[in-house]
Order: sequence, then structure tokens, then C-alpha cells
Amino acid sequence: MSKFRNIASIIALLPMIIISLTVFIGCIIYSFIYSLTNSKLIPVTNFVGFDQYERLFKQRKWDVAVENIFIYGFVFTIGCLIIGFLLAVLIDQKIRGESLFRTIFLYPYAMSFVVTGLVWKWVLNPTFGLENSMHMWGFSWFQLDWLVNRDLAIYAVCIAAVWQGAGFVMVLMLAGLRGIDEDIWKSLSIEGVAKWKSYLFVILPMLRPMVVTAIVLIAAGVVKVYDLILALTSGGPGYATTTPAMYVMENFFQRANLGQAFAASIIMFISVVCILAPWAFYEFYIRNKYAAN
Amino acid sequence: MRSIPTGPRPKHLTIGRIGLYCFIFVCAIFFLMPLYVMIITSLKDMDEIRAANILNLPKELSFYSWPKAWSQACTGFVCEGLKPGFFNSVKITVPSVIVSVGLSALNGYALAFWRFKGAYLFFGLCLFGAFIPYQVMVYPLLKIEDALGIYSTLPGIILVHTIFGMPILTLIFRNFYASLPIDLFKAARIDGGNFIKIFLYVIIPMSAPITIVAVILQVTGIWNDFLLGLVFAGRDNQPMTVQLNNIVQVDYGVAEYNVDMSATILTSLVPLFVYFISGRWFVRGIAAGAIKG
Repeated sequence: MSKFRNIASIIALLPMIIISLTVFIGCIIYSFIYSLTNSKLIPVTNFVGFDQYERLFKQRKWDVAVENIFIYGFVFTIGCLIIGFLLAVLIDQKIRGESLFRTIFLYPYAMSFVVTGLVWKWVLNPTFGLENSMHMWGFSWFQLDWLVNRDLAIYAVCIAAVWQGAGFVMVLMLAGLRGIDEDIWKSLSIEGVAKWKSYLFVILPMLRPMVVTAIVLIAAGVVKVYDLILALTSGGPGYATTTPAMYVMENFFQRANLGQAFAASIIMFISVVCILAPWAFYEFYIRNKYAAN
Repeated sequence: MRSIPTGPRPKHLTIGRIGLYCFIFVCAIFFLMPLYVMIITSLKDMDEIRAANILNLPKELSFYSWPKAWSQACTGFVCEGLKPGFFNSVKITVPSVIVSVGLSALNGYALAFWRFKGAYLFFGLCLFGAFIPYQVMVYPLLKIEDALGIYSTLPGIILVHTIFGMPILTLIFRNFYASLPIDLFKAARIDGGNFIKIFLYVIIPMSAPITIVAVILQVTGIWNDFLLGLVFAGRDNQPMTVQLNNIVQVDYGVAEYNVDMSATILTSLVPLFVYFISGRWFVRGIAAGAIKG
């Protein structure tokens, strides 16, 4: 019986095991091995040590990409958290039309990154977009030329991303808020604590698991940002809004510089692991340990 | 979890509550503005777009951009609009969803009920797999598909979506099945059910809620995918998002913003439809799949 059990489950899991092992681990090993070669158009096994990484870190474009991902990651994460939490608190104030507002705040999340990018590209169009609207209304000093401004284009990407993702954080936070015990609110109101203070200093710390989850989910997504930027700015002006993911794709498919692309993708992979490892360690190890005690 | 706030709604409108509503309206305007701009732009003709404010309602409704976006807009030398992309997306999404959800249900069931050595390692591997950036795996996977002779074909892209969808879906199903009462499973085994029989006659009939979540997650995820479609689908099977980007990002000729916006709306109709009809289920679906690559 027990033997049959194991064989049956192995058979059921077989496709999954093959896929996981060959694709996920195999692909990472493959990428790492070829990142040590000087492959150009096709993968060759001409090993050059860590030359590709050295070259990568010397590239001005890679520096810009890394800088962008930090700006984007910071602004997008903070923006989503603040707006998402604020919206959740607002929605939780027994307002009229709650489900309508929830629908409005979340619908962008159903849109793809390509659609998000293209819509904001049109809204922020320097000739016909919002800038033009404000000028027509007589605010001639108003400037919104972010998409053609090297220093500000990345913030346009952040706005589009926050527009798309804030609703999702709201949903997570709202679930947390609705899970808070009624008695806590009662005792807070008996103590006479101001509502905003209760939210900020009592409720928010109680939502810590939600906040941590949201941050990890957002941060892991940040590293991969690709289609949004492709649609919104195509990495431009120049390469002012390029990101590591774009750098990788460009070297794979346009520049035929495979070695560079592999090296850059391995760096991306390592950064995702660095984001996840502490969280996974906490979630699955520390917590279980304390739960066991 | 409370689904609605408890306690009575405040009877009188205080200054604070007026401020609250004002703020929530401003937020709603920010979230709705791009959708509004998209719709009205698609209903204007180009002369009006050039002359008038992007936020103004169209003076005269012009519907010509809709059929043009659907069946005539050009990508390079081909002028067939988004129609082929729509049908490609359907051809990609439907089998991918069926295969990945079906296999994942089986995997999740095996992981939840049939304990075997290394189950936890496997569980960890799934979680890990869901987080890996696509860029690390795109090129090696392309080589594998090339060797199998399915690169740039419909089965090729379906396989890729299945591979990338399975880790997270397996986890979702596993968590759901692990929460089912184990006695039910024991009873079925005493009645002589084997691995497959129990799955077919006991487990599947109880899986409706989690299957809805998984299907929503996969339909929106695959429909909105850009990167995998771009790399793996090949010229003949390009999904709608890729074609949309090609239509909008033309390097030559006169940009027709109304056609672009109609095309953008058309591309987001399917996920928006899923969002509006599924309501709460959608939230569960995206929350479950938020980590996907």
C-alpha cells in the first residue's frame, strides 16, 4: 500500500518535477555557465572567467539601469504603500458607495502593463496631453514634460505603476483592517485616542504582516519591470529610463551579446534572491520556531 | 473577516466627513482619468484631437477609429488591425489555462494528501520558481524549445505559459486541499478509492472555488502577458498585447491617437470583463498570484 502510494504520487508529480528541475534550475545553471563565456550571437564555450561581469559593471548604461531600478523601486513601493493604506483607511470609514470606490481603485490592476504604459504615454504626451490642457485653461506656467525630460522620465514610469498597483495594496490592507478586533476600536475610543493616531500608531503596527507581504510582493515585481517601460518610454529619452530587465532583453535579442545578457540576468536573479531570502527565512524559519515554542 | 464595516453609519455630515468625501473623490478622479481620456480620445477624430483639450468631451462622436483599430491598423507592412492578435490571444490563453490549471490541481492534490519524502523541499522549490525573473530563463528555454522543434509555434507558447504558471498554481491548490478535512480523504480510501479515483470523484467536485480563483489568475495573467508572447509565440501567433504595442509604436507615418486608444481599450476588454463579472473572486485570484514572474 505504502509503496503504491509513493509511486502514484511520483507519477502525478512527474511532469512537475521534470519541469521544475530542468527549466528552473537548469536554466539558471545554463545562464550562469554561459555568463562566463564570451558568447556573442550564439552560445559558445569559450570561457573568459568573470570578464562579462567586469564589463557589465563598467557600462554606463548598466549604471543607469541600476540607478533607475532603485529610484523606481523606492518611489513605486513607497507610493503604493502610502496610497494603498490611505485608500484602505478611507474605504473603511463607513462611506457611501464603498464597493463602487473599491472597484474604481482596483480596476487598473486588471489592465496589462502594456496598456498602462500606452495610456499614460498619451496622457503625458508633451504636445497634446495634460500639459496642453492646463495651458488651455490658462495655467501657462504649468510644465509636465516628464516623458521627454531625462531626469524626470523615470518618475512618469513611477506614476503609471502606482496608478496600476496601488489598488492591490489597498485590497491587502483592507483585508487586514477588516480583520482587526472590534474590541480594540472600542478601547481606543474609550481612551479618547484621535482616529488618525489610532490608525498610525496602533492599527498600522498590527498590520505588519500585511505590510511586509505587500513590500516583498512589490519588490520582487520591481526587479522584473519591463513591458511597462517599453510601452511608456521605450527606455528613453536616450537610455534614461532603461532597466536591468531591458538591458538583458536588448543584449539577448537586438545586440546579439549573449554573454553580457547572461551576466546581467544572473545579477537580476541574485537581487531577487537577496530580497526574498530574509523574508523567506523569517516566514518559514523564525516564525515556525517561535510557534513551536 | 468582516466584509462590511460594523456599527451604524454616522448620521450627520461633519466637516471631517465632507473632507473625507472630497479626498476620496479626488483619488477616484485620479484613478478614472486615464480610462476617461482613453474612451473620449477614441471617439474623437484627429482634427479635434490636434485642436482641442485632451480632457474635453468630443464635439462630434466619431466611431471610425474602432473598426480601424480592430481590422485595419498597420504594424509594419501588415494592415490587419488587432483582430488576428485577439484570436491568437484566445488560442494561446484557452489551452494554456486548461492545461496549467488541470495539471496544477493534480500536483496540489498529490502534495497535500500523499506525503512523500522531499515534499517540503518541493514546496519550497515551487515558491522559489514563482519568483524567478523571466529574463533569467527566457534564453535557455528558447534553446530547449528550439531543440524540441516547437519554438515560435502555438504549442511552444502554450508550454511556456504552462511551465511558468504551474509553480504558483500548484501552491494555491495545495494550500486549498491541505485545508480540507483529512477524514473525508480517509473515508474515501477505506471505501477503496485509489489515487486517481479519489481525485476524480471526491476532490474535483469540491474544487470549484479554488478553480475559479486559479482560472481568473491565469486568464488575466496570460492575456496581459507581453514578454513571453513576444519571445515564444512567433510572428504568426503574436498575442494581442504584442500587436497592440506594434500598432502604437510605429516609427513612421502619422500617429493616429484615436486608433491607438481604441486598440488599447480593445486589448483590455477581456481582463476588464473578467474583473467586473468576478468581483470578489478577482481579488482572491490576484492576491493568490501576486508573486508570479
